[in-house]
Amino acid sequence: MSWASWSDFFAMGGYGFYVWGSYLVSFFCMAGEIALAFNRKRTLLRQLSLIHKPIQKEQNNETTP
Amino acid sequence: MAINWFKYSSPASFYSLAGKMTPLFSITAFALFVAGLYIGFFVAPTDFQQSEAYRIIFIHVPAAWMSMFLYLIMASWAAIGLAFNTRLSSMIATAIAPTGAMFTFLALWTGALWGKPMWGTWWVWDARLTSELILLFLYIGFMALQAAIDDPRRADKAGAVIALVGVVNIPIIYFSVKWWNTLHQGATVSLTQSPKMAATMLTSMLIMGLACWMYSIAVVLMRTRTIILERERHTMWVSELQGTA
Repeated sequence: MSWASWSDFFAMGGYGFYVWGSYLVSFFCMAGEIALAFNRKRTLLRQLSLIHKPIQKEQNNETTP
Repeated sequence: MAINWFKYSSPASFYSLAGKMTPLFSITAFALFVAGLYIGFFVAPTDFQQSEAYRIIFIHVPAAWMSMFLYLIMASWAAIGLAFNTRLSSMIATAIAPTGAMFTFLALWTGALWGKPMWGTWWVWDARLTSELILLFLYIGFMALQAAIDDPRRADKAGAVIALVGVVNIPIIYFSVKWWNTLHQGATVSLTQSPKMAATMLTSMLIMGLACWMYSIAVVLMRTRTIILERERHTMWVSELQGTA
């Protein structure tokens, strides 16, 4: 299937709106989901470090005479 | 040498295993997406009847497959978690729901955008479309129910019940086109009959199906690891992990 030109490819036989409407939304849904998953983990790790860092500081202080 | 089958059912060991597997699945998914889309748009010929609009099939059908497949997987993990009280199984079920809901939405969205030029309407109360919409509400209901309950273990049990009740909807979706014979066409791909599609079109659709599957595994594994950290934050291994992370 060789497309005559890029504009022909994007026209998609006159159905460009529907075809690219489907693929763009699909791409953004998947990319969005990945971004959300990464974001969820990053915020959690930040919260956990807020909890665990003070504890480690306390442990270090105990060793100083 | 007795194989310890349950080694990876402990959240801690599954956490590291999933960490190693996630990149593997995401790279495979990316490669399959590139191959599937290339064949779909640059190799598969124009359809005699629908000209180019049919190319939506390469994302519509895989999304629909995944919406049903992921629901069954989610319900099975939820059932295992309910029966054996294994919290990791319930975590995996909780991790699958958002991806399943996304694919259900995509199946409905791409279907509507395909229906408009071909059927002349975005939506019709057709047996398959309606049962797929119910599937979307089931996914949202599962996530909402689990979010509404504070104690994770009780949320898992409640989620398992709604997931198992919803399983009856999956065969309804699959056979709706045969039983009610409404607007949506019958199964194009079946394991028994010879393919009714041109070879390149079929190949592209199958590759895209595999790509969506690999994608789902990668995202679900990533989300499961986050849920494990959320629920095991009080444990020693998470605080040690924190020390290094």
